[in-house]
Amino acid sequence: MAMSDRFLPLAHTPERATSETALTRAVLIAIALLFLAAVLFLPLVTVFMEALRKGWGTLFESFSDPDTLAAVRLTLIVAAIAVPFNAIVGLAASWAIAKFEFKGKNLLLTLIDLPFSISPVISGLVFVLLFGAQGWLGPWLVAHDIQIIFAVPGIVLATVLVTFPFVARELIPLMQSQGTSEEEAALMLGASGWYTFLHVTLPNVKWALLYGVLLCNARAMGEFGAVSVVSGHIRGLTNTMPLHIEILYNEYNFVGAFAVASLLACLALLTLLAKSLLEWRFSDELAATARRH
Amino acid sequence: MSVPVRVRNLEKNFGRYPALKGVSLDVEAGELVALLGPSGSGKTTLLRAIAGLEQADGGQVLFGDIDANSLSLRERRIGFVFQQYALFKHMTVFDNIAFGLRARPRSSRPSEAAIKSRVLDLLHLVQLDGLEVRYPAQLSGGQRQRVALARALAIEPRVLLLDEPFGALDARVRKDLRKWLRELHQRTGHTTLFVTHDQDEAFELADRIAILDKGCIEQVGTAAEILEHPATPFIDSFIEGIARREAQARDWTKPHVVASR
Repeated sequence: MAMSDRFLPLAHTPERATSETALTRAVLIAIALLFLAAVLFLPLVTVFMEALRKGWGTLFESFSDPDTLAAVRLTLIVAAIAVPFNAIVGLAASWAIAKFEFKGKNLLLTLIDLPFSISPVISGLVFVLLFGAQGWLGPWLVAHDIQIIFAVPGIVLATVLVTFPFVARELIPLMQSQGTSEEEAALMLGASGWYTFLHVTLPNVKWALLYGVLLCNARAMGEFGAVSVVSGHIRGLTNTMPLHIEILYNEYNFVGAFAVASLLACLALLTLLAKSLLEWRFSDELAATARRH
Repeated sequence: MSVPVRVRNLEKNFGRYPALKGVSLDVEAGELVALLGPSGSGKTTLLRAIAGLEQADGGQVLFGDIDANSLSLRERRIGFVFQQYALFKHMTVFDNIAFGLRARPRSSRPSEAAIKSRVLDLLHLVQLDGLEVRYPAQLSGGQRQRVALARALAIEPRVLLLDEPFGALDARVRKDLRKWLRELHQRTGHTTLFVTHDQDEAFELADRIAILDKGCIEQVGTAAEILEHPATPFIDSFIEGIARREAQARDWTKPHVVASR
């Protein structure tokens, strides 16, 4: 990719890459745009329109509901724990997989992919079976007065499990393609392992890491299935934003439901905005290293 | 500063495949030695084992009187130039060359001012004055190669190791750089080993040449020694091209065509 980027300015060829007529291209582009509008843009607009159906006053009123505020707070807390944890562990796992040879590497790779391939409901159920009152560790936990299921620790655990692959999956292919020669060069120049990691490995993957963290964050805030199983839906205590939206919707409180939904959408849009801002701020550096996402 | 390198019975296996079968080699202080051989002959493995990037399965590497195994990579102080240079893509030329000095522990790290003057000196030595603000992607192949060399020289290495130093360059740049490297070696006097598969390069550049095949050193000697007394049938066939050109050159009377191909 680096090579092709660098040589792009030279590749001014007069011929077109395709032989389709202008009409065919226009139709194909129109279909793509219509599809995007219907599937991506329209739902987003609907969420905001529904939220504003009874005006700004009602919207802000539903935000001041203590249960809604508690749900927002809980979602932010869970993301604030799960995302840094997965960023650090995902980075460590990718580093080990991409830069070293060891037995059981393929098993580790499969395990990292597991949360993507199993249903989130099962991810949640696993924790109920482990830590629930009737679960393996249940009696011991009850005896020591530790609550995991139907409490914040369970929600954090379920979110961590479901969102684990995002950072690692983003980093492993990139790190593997970069190889180990820059690290070897750093070691030969007398750098310690930690210095090499901080000054060579990490800067080389920082954009992929950022991208992985943003995806992980979006999913951590939006996770429904696994969290729904372990949360117990206790209002004001163990309801995250997605769960709270469902409850409000089921109670026919459409404005309330869409108000929280619009807030969740705003958080997602903020995440994307943060990514774009960072890319814009460091565009010089990105161009210099010719690596883009 | 420069030390002799002694390799004693070095062995290395990759799985069941033997890459080095008891290799021994003596390189004197300040000498420029080529490791020459076809691909798969073990020359790069030998270089990496001397550097400490590969763990040998048996044998010994000595820098002067010191067993290399008793030294960490940092303590070995080896300047290594990688085949694809392995420059740090996200750093400027200046930061690349300064890396080895900045990575030192605080107690032995030079001041930023001292680092700066050292980096600028090295840039001057490799004839890249003024390019310190560039990134590696903004340099030509030959320039990158020289940055890699300056970076390796910055740590004041005991020994300089180069893996196919001209492998990634086009023929014209190779010839220029060859001459330039020869001059640089005469000026700095580092004990230098370089790996190559190009007979011309080895015979033109090195004080002595070690020819490897299938994990063994077949012959070590100066260009004249090898050409006059090839030790084995393999050497005989491997240097055939060079021997023929040398013979042709001797037959011709005009001295200025001797070096041309």
